[in-house]
Amino acid sequence: MVTIGHYLVLSSVLFAIGAGGVLLRRNGIATLLGIELMLNAANVAFVAFAKQHGNLEGQVVVFFVMAVAAAEVAVGLALLVAIFRRLQSIDVDRLSAMRW
Amino acid sequence: MELWVFYLAAAAAVASALVAVTHRNPVINVLALIVTFFCVAVNFALMGADFLAGAQVLIYAGAILVLFLFVVMLLGAPTVSAEENPRPIQKTLGAFLAALVAAAGFFFFRGFSGEGLASPHAGVTTHALGRLLVGPHLFAFELVSVVLLAALIGALVLVKRKH
Repeated sequence: MVTIGHYLVLSSVLFAIGAGGVLLRRNGIATLLGIELMLNAANVAFVAFAKQHGNLEGQVVVFFVMAVAAAEVAVGLALLVAIFRRLQSIDVDRLSAMRW
Repeated sequence: MELWVFYLAAAAAVASALVAVTHRNPVINVLALIVTFFCVAVNFALMGADFLAGAQVLIYAGAILVLFLFVVMLLGAPTVSAEENPRPIQKTLGAFLAALVAAAGFFFFRGFSGEGLASPHAGVTTHALGRLLVGPHLFAFELVSVVLLAALIGALVLVKRKH
């Protein structure tokens, strides 16, 4: 019997891996991949709670998260392409023009 | 049986997620994340969310990560992978913060273990989900289409070359 605890532990592990990716990597693409992983981890938790409570509202939220994630990825990748054209690099540490 | 499918999918998801964030080659990162998203789709299907499992494969694995692959190819994989070592402070601090997130999630969610999940929804949920989307959530549903349009135009404007 799979309990909600199983799914929530999976969700928090995936979220932590995504957060680690965002914090540890300096490659812009890897950072965006980490954000996607965190969004997906939250989706797992939403579906688990939707099943726990026996209603579908959680699944509706996941649907919206997917749509917004698609929009976020399109804009984020476009930003990366623009940054690459300007700096010839997507190392996010080199984006220091607005530092302090 | 259900438990074994869950453990298999969860182990594959965690392993491929680790590869996705640690490997130095961006193409491998993206391909590993596709595996993760397929495993998450398996978990959705296990939880009776059949529409979301399909949408996960179509939207995430099919569209979003292919977009990632296109950009990796566009920027040139060798250039992208030339990443210097993270600074020691970033490495330790980042690992510490990620471990903190994991610990917080674990201790927060530990209270939920032990409760069994409600029995799966009878039949497919797609019909009920569609009713909810065009019923109580119609405004948000329409708003999402505007958000997607704005993202489309924004992406076009951002990558447009100035003549």
